[in-house]
Formats: sequence, C-alpha cells, structure tokens
Amino acid sequence: MTAVLPLSADAAALPQEDAQPGRWRRMPPKAKVGAVLLGLFVLAAIIGPLVAPYDPGYQNPAPGLSLHAPYGAHLLGTTQTGQDVLSQLLTGIRLTGELAVIVGVVATALSVIVGVSSAFLGGVWDELLSLFSNVFLVIPALPLLIVLLGYLQTKGQDATILVLSGLGWPWGARVIRAQTLAIRNRDFIAAAQETGEKSWRIIAFEIVPNEVSLIAASFVNTVLYAIGASVALAFIGVADLNSWSLGTMLYWAESQQALELGAWWWFIPPGVVVALMGAGLVLLNTGIDELGNPRLRDATSASRIAGHWLPPADPTPVLAEVSQYRGKLAGFVHSFSRTSLLDETEKGQLR
Amino acid sequence: MSFILRRLTFYAVAAWVALTINFFIPRAMPGNAVQSIMAKFPDLQPSAYRALEAMLGVGHPGSIWHQYGSYLVDVAHFNFGTDVTQYPAQVSTLLGESIPWTLTLVGTATVIAFLIGTGLGIAAGWRHGGALDRALPGLMFLQAMPYFFFALILLELFATKLHVFPLGQGYGEGLVPGWHWAFIGSAIYHSLLPALTIVLTSIAGWMLQMRNVMITTVGEDYVIAAQAKGLHNRRVIFTYAARNAILPQLQGFGLALGFVVSGALVMEIVFSYPGIGELLLNAVTSNDYPLMQAIFLVITFAVLVANMIIDLIIVFVDPRARAREATR
Repeated sequence: MTAVLPLSADAAALPQEDAQPGRWRRMPPKAKVGAVLLGLFVLAAIIGPLVAPYDPGYQNPAPGLSLHAPYGAHLLGTTQTGQDVLSQLLTGIRLTGELAVIVGVVATALSVIVGVSSAFLGGVWDELLSLFSNVFLVIPALPLLIVLLGYLQTKGQDATILVLSGLGWPWGARVIRAQTLAIRNRDFIAAAQETGEKSWRIIAFEIVPNEVSLIAASFVNTVLYAIGASVALAFIGVADLNSWSLGTMLYWAESQQALELGAWWWFIPPGVVVALMGAGLVLLNTGIDELGNPRLRDATSASRIAGHWLPPADPTPVLAEVSQYRGKLAGFVHSFSRTSLLDETEKGQLR
Repeated sequence: MSFILRRLTFYAVAAWVALTINFFIPRAMPGNAVQSIMAKFPDLQPSAYRALEAMLGVGHPGSIWHQYGSYLVDVAHFNFGTDVTQYPAQVSTLLGESIPWTLTLVGTATVIAFLIGTGLGIAAGWRHGGALDRALPGLMFLQAMPYFFFALILLELFATKLHVFPLGQGYGEGLVPGWHWAFIGSAIYHSLLPALTIVLTSIAGWMLQMRNVMITTVGEDYVIAAQAKGLHNRRVIFTYAARNAILPQLQGFGLALGFVVSGALVMEIVFSYPGIGELLLNAVTSNDYPLMQAIFLVITFAVLVANMIIDLIIVFVDPRARAREATR
C-alpha cells in the first residue's frame, strides 16, 4: 500500500469527540465520511464478537455446508470446512482493529518522544536521531518485518505488535521534529523559558498541545500502516494462523483455493473491510489536512475570478526553521540526512 | 561537501545499517534457527549444517567481529550461502533467476503509475473541484486496498470469469525462457494483469500528493502573474506550476518506494509470478532463513539505489540544487 504522506499537516483545529453540532457541520465532507466509516468499524470491533452467530473456528461437519454461497443461516456463506464467514469477519475486525490501534498508540508515542527530544535537544543529538529516523525511512519495512518475525518461534499478536511499533515511528518523528523546531522559536516559548519553566513542563504543556493535530494525523497514518502491514504479513503466513484476523482469513481463503473454487463470498468480504478501513482513515486524514490548509478544500470556498478558480488565501504557514547555530560535528552529520534535502529545497526561493 | 556526495554518504550509511541489522538478527533472536531448519529438513548434509551454523552464528566459530568481517566479505562477493530448501542450490543463483522478473514488472509498472498519477494530479490540482478532483475519494478506496487483494479481484474477473488473462505464472506452459518472440510475447501477456494491479492501486497515492502540492503552487503569486501576462494555459501549467510542484512529489516517490515494492512483492504471490515475492513466500513457509535474509538485503539495496537515482533526477530538474553543485 502506498502511504499518503501528509505534506502539510499543520492543522489548526482537531475534530473532538464532544464537538458541538456547529463544528461537525463545518468539518470537510471527506472527514465526515471517514469518521462515519471508522465509527462503524469501531462499533463492529466492540460488539462484533458478541453478536457473531457462530464460533469462527467451528467446522460444521454437515454435508452441503462446505463452501456454501450466502443464504439465510449463513449471511456471508461458509468456507470449505463449513466455517461461518460472517463470524470470522466480525472476529477479524476486532483482532485487526485492536492490533492497529495499539501499534498506532505505541508508535505515535515513540514518534513524539523522538521528534520532540530531537528538536529540543538540538545539536549532535538532533542530527543523530534524524539520521536514525531517515535511515529507517528508506529501509523497506515489510521484508525487515518478515525476517524479524520469521525468526520468532511464536508469531502471535504480541510479537507482531512489538515489531510493527518498533518500525512504525520514523515518519511521524520527522514531521513532529520539524513542527517542534518551528514552535520552539515562538515568543510564548521564550516567555515560558524566561519565567523559569522547566524544560519538561514546556514540552508537556506548551509544545505538545500545539501539535495535537499533527500527532493525530501521524496516529491515523500509523494505524493505516499497521493494518496494511499486518494483513500482508498474515497473508504470507507470518502470523498466528490459528487466530482469526482479516489477514489470516485471506491467508486461508488463498491457501484453500477460494479463488479457483469461485467462492467470492470467502475472500471478498475481508478484503473489502480492509479497503474500507483504509479509505476511512485516508479520508479522515485528508479532512484534517483540509482543516489546516484551506486551499485544499473543495472548490465551494474558492471564488471564480476572470474564468479561473482562485483558492482562498493561505493562513500563515508554519515552516520548519532549522537552527542556524549548529555546531561543526552536528552540521556534518546533518549534511547527509534526508531532512537536509528537504530543508534546502523548501528554503529560500520557493516562497 | 557537494550535494550529490552528501546524498551518497547517506545511502552508504543506510546500506551499512541494513547490513548490520541483517547480521545481528539471527544472533539476537531467541530460539535456535539451525535446529528448526534441521527439524524441517532432516536429510540435510553435514556440510550444509556447518555452513548454516557459520552463517547464523551458532556454535561461535571465532569472535563476533571476525564473523562480522567475513560476513561483509561474503556479501560483497554476492555469496549468501547455500539454500536449504533447494539444496545444494546457491541462494545467489535463486535470486539471480527471480530478480529480472520482479525488476521488469514492478519497475516498469511503478514508473508508469507514477507518471500517470502525477499527470492526473496536475490536472486535478489545476481544475480544483473539477470532475477529476471529485473522483478522488473513489480512487482513494482503490488505493486503500491491499495490492494482493486487488490482484485477487482482477484474477477472479479477468481470468476465472472472462478468461481474458491467464490465471498466473510468468509465461505459458511448455515455453523455454529465452530471447525469442514466442516467449517474450507470452511473458508480456502474463505480466499485464499484475502490472495493471500495481498501476491501479498506486495511482491514487501519487495523484493525491501531486494534487495537494499543485493546488498550493497554483495559488502562488508567480503563477497568477504568469496568467496575468496572458501566457498560454499549457505553459503556465507545466513550466510555472507543475515544474515547481514536482519536487516534493519526487521526494515522496523515493520515500514511498519501499511500501510500493513490498506491496508488489505480496501481489506477485497471488499471480504465482516467478519473482522475488514468490521466492520470499517459499522462504517463509519453509523457514529458509538464509534466503529470507538475502531477499531482505536485495530489496533494501534496490530501494536505496532507486532513491539515489531519484536524488540525481532532483539535481537535474531543480536548478537550485544544480546551482549549489556548481558553486561549491
């Protein structure tokens, strides 16, 4: 799956759980669709296993029930061994969703810690941490995940969560570092420092709250990555194949030749659910992006002047300002990190 | 340090990190990999057993630094050891057979998808709110699908139901691989559906990113000034707006490449395509650790080289990078 990299994620506001009706109406339509889709899946994950009509692993020995197309008693049909597809799907949504959310929380927390401390410590530490994140950004994750999990004797949920979180933080760390650098030079931070606030207090109460939207976007992206990676891993067979996740469903469908047998009801539902979850997350993220960057919004807010649609004016963009006071060693290490590439193309003549 | 040299140093560091991770994984992981391989392949010869031990660092032949040194020498000579599943085949031979397939298919399809997606993104960004722009959420749904699942659907439609395309494999049965038209034609025919999968699922990502940058660029003063001068629309779009918008797009391309390649590998499995993906599946199902690790290295190096090429292209298309190159 291609990750949509949020280029401008400096949203000003974040849709909150207890939003007033007015705020909901002002949300971009894309975000609304995404939120509704995700709400449905959260609901399915919570109550799904409770309302599942059968045990997902139960193999119905009744003849004629193996590989049955959808009908009244089995709304999504049965698998080769007479297992109920709907029950597997409901259990799978819970398991995959749970994994994705945990990975999202852990990896985003790591992103915040690395990103903020990298920007706040500055100097050599900043450059080393940036270099570290950039290296892990270019090394493709999936083959590394396969090698790591391949060596584990038990490829259960916990191991997958651990490995996915361990490799899921670099992108978020990079974005958050850039934003922290920008915020760090603002007057209110200087004011807090003058009044003798401790560093950890400034980070926890002044900087992080100003990055909530960015952290949210990074969380959504990480969840997207976790779903994609865990499903792909399970599909190859690098997972606990006795558990019912969306990925293992697809694994069994593929390995028991659902396609050749024409059993579309077996492999289409889990795939569509994965796609809908992903689409919901992408839509939500695009919506968050649009909140912060009005130019990206639908043309309803643009005005037509002389036959050309002109977007509304930009709010003052928050760009990363790289510290000019860099030590010699730090400058050296920085010079071949990928951020240096971004710094230099973004700086100067572009604006 | 010049721009290109700095980037090369970065990739050298990344490559070294990948090599080092690859070296330490088998030594740091719990459980005895050699024994689990031996359990799967009881009739493995003692020589293979010893080779495996040396490679995976069991039995401690020499200090860890000594092992590390000889490992680096081995990798430099493309010596990834002997394969256990297809003993006594060399891992490097197996890789050599699969790489051309994947490189041709995934490489070509990814570049095509990038070009089409960027083109569509330019159009959608220019006509913000137009028909193409409105189709974007639908495309996002396609993009959110795992590659391999989309491959399953295409197979179901075009191979099982309509019989337009073959059900998989890299070329028709009974053909001998070689440089003759019967084989090349069959190989192209077999690669159409996998290529279509990659193109359709990855277009939306490139398009969305290009559209977003394009929309921001179109609002810049210099673009409005170009329009005010009465320049032809085509000139404004390509020479003024798109040319500036493409740089972040290229950088994004490099960063997303790892995802695309990984997705494409899993997709290959669905088509039983004789590439690296199929090899990876075999390695995973049979606990073939040497093969798994060699594949990790090969994919990582491929992505690093691709990123390096993208950086060179950036230097080529970005006059600012060129200017720096000249002055320093």
